[in-house]
Amino acid sequence: MDDTPGRDGRPGQAASAAPGEIRADLRLVADLVAPGTRALDVGCGDGTLLHYLNQFKGVDGRGLEIRQERVNASVSRGLSVVQGNAETDLRNYPSQAFDYVILSQTLQAIHDPRGVLEELLRIGKHAIVSFTNFGYWRFRLHLACSGRMPVTDSKDHEWFDTPNIHLCTIRDFVTLCDALGITVERCFSVRRGGQTRRVRPSSALANLIGEQAVFLLGRE
Amino acid sequence: MSAPTKPQTPNTAELPGYRVELGVDEPLHLDCGVPLGPFTMAYQTYGRLNEAKSNAILVCHALTGDQFLAGDHPVTGKKGWWDVMVGPGKALDTDRYFVIGCNLIGGCMGTVGPTEINPAKDRPYALDFPVITIGDMVKAQKLLIDHLGIGRLFCVIGGSMGGMQALDWAVRYPERVFTAVPIATAARTSTQNIAFHEVGRQAIMADPDWCGGNYLIEGKRPHRGLAVARMGAHITYLSETALHRRFGRNLQDRKNFTYGFEADFQVESYLRHQGVAFVDRFDANTYLIITRAMDYFDLAEEHGGGVLAEAFQGTEVRFCLISFTSDWMFPTAESRGLVHALNAAAANVSFVEIESDQGHDSFLLDIPEYHKILSGFLAGAADHLVRCGTKAPSADG
Repeated sequence: MDDTPGRDGRPGQAASAAPGEIRADLRLVADLVAPGTRALDVGCGDGTLLHYLNQFKGVDGRGLEIRQERVNASVSRGLSVVQGNAETDLRNYPSQAFDYVILSQTLQAIHDPRGVLEELLRIGKHAIVSFTNFGYWRFRLHLACSGRMPVTDSKDHEWFDTPNIHLCTIRDFVTLCDALGITVERCFSVRRGGQTRRVRPSSALANLIGEQAVFLLGRE
Repeated sequence: MSAPTKPQTPNTAELPGYRVELGVDEPLHLDCGVPLGPFTMAYQTYGRLNEAKSNAILVCHALTGDQFLAGDHPVTGKKGWWDVMVGPGKALDTDRYFVIGCNLIGGCMGTVGPTEINPAKDRPYALDFPVITIGDMVKAQKLLIDHLGIGRLFCVIGGSMGGMQALDWAVRYPERVFTAVPIATAARTSTQNIAFHEVGRQAIMADPDWCGGNYLIEGKRPHRGLAVARMGAHITYLSETALHRRFGRNLQDRKNFTYGFEADFQVESYLRHQGVAFVDRFDANTYLIITRAMDYFDLAEEHGGGVLAEAFQGTEVRFCLISFTSDWMFPTAESRGLVHALNAAAANVSFVEIESDQGHDSFLLDIPEYHKILSGFLAGAADHLVRCGTKAPSADG
């Protein structure tokens, strides 16, 4: 969860952003949350999404964040955020306590994505997971042409110092969900320009042209 | 008001602020089984209670604190213990909130306690004053809040033992508390802290002037014992880093060791000063009784059948827990344990750990980030009240 790519470090993502002013993938996540529900944002960064959910959708939102300065920033603006580690602290939450548990741009930094994914759907009726899709054609092309690991635009880490240790493609993620018996309720791709589109999870094209992916998950 | 002369009890009847008789119709039933009442509670307020009575913040004081939070303290002549926090434009903004400080039962600043006259015997209670609990303190405060006609406190806040009271309030009277801010505290008193308390109590009781607790009647004061208790406790409020930075191994007004037991080191001189200053404003029996109350505190045992999360089950109180990195008396792990229990109860909780090398005393200090977080939390909670259709906690509401 450490240093999630572009989660809150980008300029122009002020906490007081009006609807439509938050990043496209965050907006997409927010749109998946029904108004007036309870949501837990795991790895909530400086609370941009939580703030949006609280202000514009009347969501009873809570956050968990590992970095103290981001927790402090969130609490300073009135958000309910605790400092903690998703890999060890999610087990404290009771089952089915939230309508949604959100893991936005955080999956790639988690040591045990499978364990955390199962925890998300134990705690929440739904999980919303977003991540950078390494099946995106530019990443594929970069690897094919330069023979070097892609460095995504939202972070400057090289392969040896990146906190992002579990990178995956849309197809990889869908395979994991299948293995865990998790239902993909909806799947969206976000293109570089911010255009979002609902896609079939199995779509090879989506896996090629979507730079980001957002999944709404549930259990049958 | 001038400082009291040494051998006498401060004449608490002349202190500024308010006094109210509580437990008149029905005594307060203490946990030890003794009824208390009618009894006097001394309190002080800052800011203005709005018409809806929705802007009240109760500040619970710690072991040696009192009701004088801000402004000049009538006994010490220094600023109130939370002057950095309470006032216009401060984190507990008195332009917006009505802030209440009350002296605990068992205290020595005007509320009933061992220095006050026991009407049954027409002399100071001394150790006839019953051993009380944190819960008893809170039950007494609730009578004051009832008396003020406040249905629900916007916030109950306190550090250290004050944090224990804030936790007890939230668990005992959840419908009377909108937000609770327990700072640098724990859900129970640790073994180590009980041990430190016992050292302090033994120091007091070892002083011959303690007179088995009857020093006021005998016209004496156990100054040496109480000062030693304070010196020991004071070390636990600081951090090694802070002590070292401030005093190092520097010698006090001398170039060489005296090869005797004078205060050769600055740190010794400082502690002696702390001890001496303390006995002028605090009562030894109060020290015994209140440290004992802390020892007995165990929220999970009392309210959760041994499981802390059970104590918070179904709570709608919004919590903000704050700890400090260098606090080894109430370390962050204690707050984190509380957060885990609150999470397990699906409670609304915020938790921050503030970077500070000043030890447990950090909660009293002017640390900008700490104050900013606190005022942000309160503002966020006020916004939530508005969204829920309740009038905002403001002075003109």
